[in-house]
Amino acid sequence: MFKRINQHPEDSVTITINGLPYDVPAGETVAAAILASSNLKFTRTSFISNSPRAPFCLMGVCYECLMVINGQSNQRACQVQVEDGMIVDRQKGTGLLST
Amino acid sequence: MKSHYSLVVIGAGPAGLSAAVVAAQHGLDVVLLDDQKAPGGQIYRAMESIPAERAKLLGAEYLRGRQLVSALRESNVDYFADCQVWSLNNKLEIGLTQNNKALMLTADRVLLANGALERPVPFPGWTLPGVMNAGAAQILFKSHGIIPEDGVVLAGSGPLLLLLAWQYQHAGVNIKSILDLTPMHNHLRALPHLPRALLAGHYLSKGMAYKKDLKMAGISTLHNVSNLQANGKNLLESVSFQHKGRTETLETELLLIHFGVIPHSQLSQAAGCNHQWDNSQQCWKPQVDKWGNSSIDGIPIAGDSAGIGGARTAEHAGRLAAIQVLFQLNKISQLERKKLAHNDRKWMREERHIRPFLEAFFHIPGKLLREPDDHTIVCRCEEVTAGDIRQAVADGHQDSNQVKFLTRCGMGPCQGRQCAEAVSHIVAAANKDNYPRAIYRGRPPVTPLTLGQLATLYPEEQE
Repeated sequence: MFKRINQHPEDSVTITINGLPYDVPAGETVAAAILASSNLKFTRTSFISNSPRAPFCLMGVCYECLMVINGQSNQRACQVQVEDGMIVDRQKGTGLLST
Repeated sequence: MKSHYSLVVIGAGPAGLSAAVVAAQHGLDVVLLDDQKAPGGQIYRAMESIPAERAKLLGAEYLRGRQLVSALRESNVDYFADCQVWSLNNKLEIGLTQNNKALMLTADRVLLANGALERPVPFPGWTLPGVMNAGAAQILFKSHGIIPEDGVVLAGSGPLLLLLAWQYQHAGVNIKSILDLTPMHNHLRALPHLPRALLAGHYLSKGMAYKKDLKMAGISTLHNVSNLQANGKNLLESVSFQHKGRTETLETELLLIHFGVIPHSQLSQAAGCNHQWDNSQQCWKPQVDKWGNSSIDGIPIAGDSAGIGGARTAEHAGRLAAIQVLFQLNKISQLERKKLAHNDRKWMREERHIRPFLEAFFHIPGKLLREPDDHTIVCRCEEVTAGDIRQAVADGHQDSNQVKFLTRCGMGPCQGRQCAEAVSHIVAAANKDNYPRAIYRGRPPVTPLTLGQLATLYPEEQE
């Protein structure tokens, strides 16, 4: 759906998105990295009907991009910056409770 | 972060930046809280990190933010990025989360400069992955240099749609089509406001220049489009719509939508400030006077969160609100206030010339706001449909808040940000009211907060 204007970023980090490793530019948000790099077409399923959803506003107000990041559910992927070694998973429904 | 400041400014867009800087310059201790990683707000996003060639693609207006951001860096404002403010009350107590810890602050004055969000307009299929706000796509472009692959469709009504199309065209994006949902009769509606708008002719000529560039580039624009619908089983596959009396369908993986912007008023609602319906801007906004003072003593509101005026107006409104705070806290005299405010007032007057025209020209059709079909999801979080809302009204729950209690509409993680306005329209239509009469009451926490975060407020009680 999306691509980067500059294909060769200076700094990159490796993150795992739904089990697959990706090299993505440092400084990107998780949502941006997923939209530009991965084949993950949806990032969560909805609470009630389990329908696929994906980032919608990218400014932190719609809460559509909730994902499980490093084991913590209900993280807004558009507000979290990628870090080397980060593990990002699609969230099912309301997500698992975590400490 | 200290536990008390003379002035707390919430939001580091044009209004918050200019307010914080002018207040600090006159000796107030000021803290600026923002939920982003860097100052600039949505409009001047990534101002400090953007590569020069990308900034050029965004146009000259964008670069105006550079002076605002550097003024902040040169000031002695306490600036905190990455803060979530989840509570504000009429005692001027602020609850926020920073680094996963909750904090409480108090202040002599709290200036709200929360900015705007894109008006959420429910239509069939708008929850499908592949449908995204145009502003969201612009954020990807500004912050990360990310653009759509070939075949994107843009749809809606409003200046941002045109601007984004123009920016994309310059960045080499292959746009499949622009679907302009502005009804033709809006031209007539806007006509009486044209003479005044000509006083701010640079806006009009800029819009015309964008249109001309898009036409020269051969990008298909369909005007007077209606009945927009996103189709697909699990993902967006196509977009259908009415044009010239026919139903047409375009295949696409990506639909970017835009229906103007509305004030982000979650905090002013939660604090208990009076809000009113603005029929010209088609949104709820807080009541403010010419200095930005809200109905609650000590809580001024400036910029788009006090009513949509655009980035330039926000900058001046922010300064005016800060000047008034300086006056109220005896940092400047009445005469100094007048002198300081003179230039900003002049700018605000000039900027106002264009607004009535824009508001009439991009007036969103009532049918689109008030009459989504029964199956259309309105509350994206709790998956409440327009039909559920109308049923609740038919059952006697005739107010937005009653509908909320009954249906859970607006009780999901976004706390009604994406459905509050739409519900107020649908309820009004079901009650045969011409205008919305009520909107959800806001309550803290206005953003989700975990018990673990909240518990950090009382570290002495921990093990």
